[in-house]
Amino acid sequence: MLRKRVIPCLDVAGDRVVKGVQFVDITDAGDPVALASRYAAEGADEICILDITASLEDRSTLLDVVTRIAATVNIPLTVGGGIRSVDDMRDVLRAGADKVAVNSAAAERPRLLEECAETFGRQCVVLAIDAKRSTTSSWSVLTHGGRRPTSLSAVDWARDGSRLGAGEILLTSIDQDGTKSGYDLDLLGAVKAAVEVPVVASGGAGSTSDMVAAFRWGKADAVLAASIFHNETTTVAAVKRSLALAGIDVRTESLVSWP
Amino acid sequence: MINIGIVDHGAGNLVSIANAVRAVGAKPGVMRSPEGFGSVDALVLPGVGATAPAMSRLTASGMVPALSAWDGPLLGICVGFQLLFDNSDEDGQACLGLIGGSVRPIAGRPIPHMGWNDVSHSMDPLFADIPDREPFYFAHSFAPVPTDEAHIIATADYGQRFVGAARFGNRVGVQFHPERSGIAGLRLLSNFVAGVRESARVA
Repeated sequence: MLRKRVIPCLDVAGDRVVKGVQFVDITDAGDPVALASRYAAEGADEICILDITASLEDRSTLLDVVTRIAATVNIPLTVGGGIRSVDDMRDVLRAGADKVAVNSAAAERPRLLEECAETFGRQCVVLAIDAKRSTTSSWSVLTHGGRRPTSLSAVDWARDGSRLGAGEILLTSIDQDGTKSGYDLDLLGAVKAAVEVPVVASGGAGSTSDMVAAFRWGKADAVLAASIFHNETTTVAAVKRSLALAGIDVRTESLVSWP
Repeated sequence: MINIGIVDHGAGNLVSIANAVRAVGAKPGVMRSPEGFGSVDALVLPGVGATAPAMSRLTASGMVPALSAWDGPLLGICVGFQLLFDNSDEDGQACLGLIGGSVRPIAGRPIPHMGWNDVSHSMDPLFADIPDREPFYFAHSFAPVPTDEAHIIATADYGQRFVGAARFGNRVGVQFHPERSGIAGLRLLSNFVAGVRESARVA
């Protein structure tokens, strides 16, 4: 049985974890290596690291952060932010990422997804989509950290992107991001119905019941959360215990002894 | 100290497997040509990448005949596991042919099969001290189908049962990523190194 995943997300700027509300009002949330190592010890299924500055100047800092996290934890790492080419993707993989998330550059040049999948396999390629609700049942794609509108529909882009080479969709609701009022279940359901690849729900996690809803009603394969873990509202271990009690098949504590 | 050669087939993340090898008390070294094979106790064929680019890189670096001639312990991971078989439906690619069988698409959806899935295993020493049905981390769309079922040492379920691990003598492979599978993954790699230590002592 494939378990449902819980993924803490580290939004990084330089060598610090930061957190914003609806992509603005950025505040410091800690040291990325310390947080990643705490989450891994608590039973996180994966760690997501997104460079919100997405700038070339900060690239070596990001690679250094990834290298240090990869040396500390031994669960999968997804890394994104400013990935524009196969070479960018190779650099991040070499630093220790297992999957690489592409966002703005793929929206501008969809063929990037094909190139990355041909070189590294589609299981390495994550398409990150920042979606904003435009009507009750349609969402548009924003790029560049939510600052730039596009003419793309989020549901169509998820379908096209997964056919081109994305092996997973990281779906963030800009409307819900940082609000702690729950994931956008309509968005999640619409994208799940349109694609064959796994979908990670992001934006809006405030409680375990939001995650239960994302799994049960949104059919999410994984949930991503940031603030509730960074500010110690709860722990990954407590969340997974509650999810298990609610009947969601999550990976619980291993019986294997180590060392 | 046990020396483990990590075969570089060009696609990326060798860092994770090197870190994990170090964590279980062995010394990792990256192999970009067959010259280094003589100074290591075992080889790991790692997991990230696609079949066709991996095979062309192995061919170009002269490592295909060296891998065929290698009779020491060998661990294939994910795509590295699939490369051990005769051929793959991914890119219609001929592989190393070190274990009889073909690599086929998996049946389950969504695809790729991504995340932690329970692994049922036999009494193989690779799984010593690991409970049956312990979850490991997978990220793949294909899995090998060995010609001889006796080579299968672990399975997992996703849509239908597929091969999670196989062994043919000194050659062993796992479809999941032990280097990304937390404590259980470290235990499995530690079991592999224990086997290497044993065969080095006997030799």
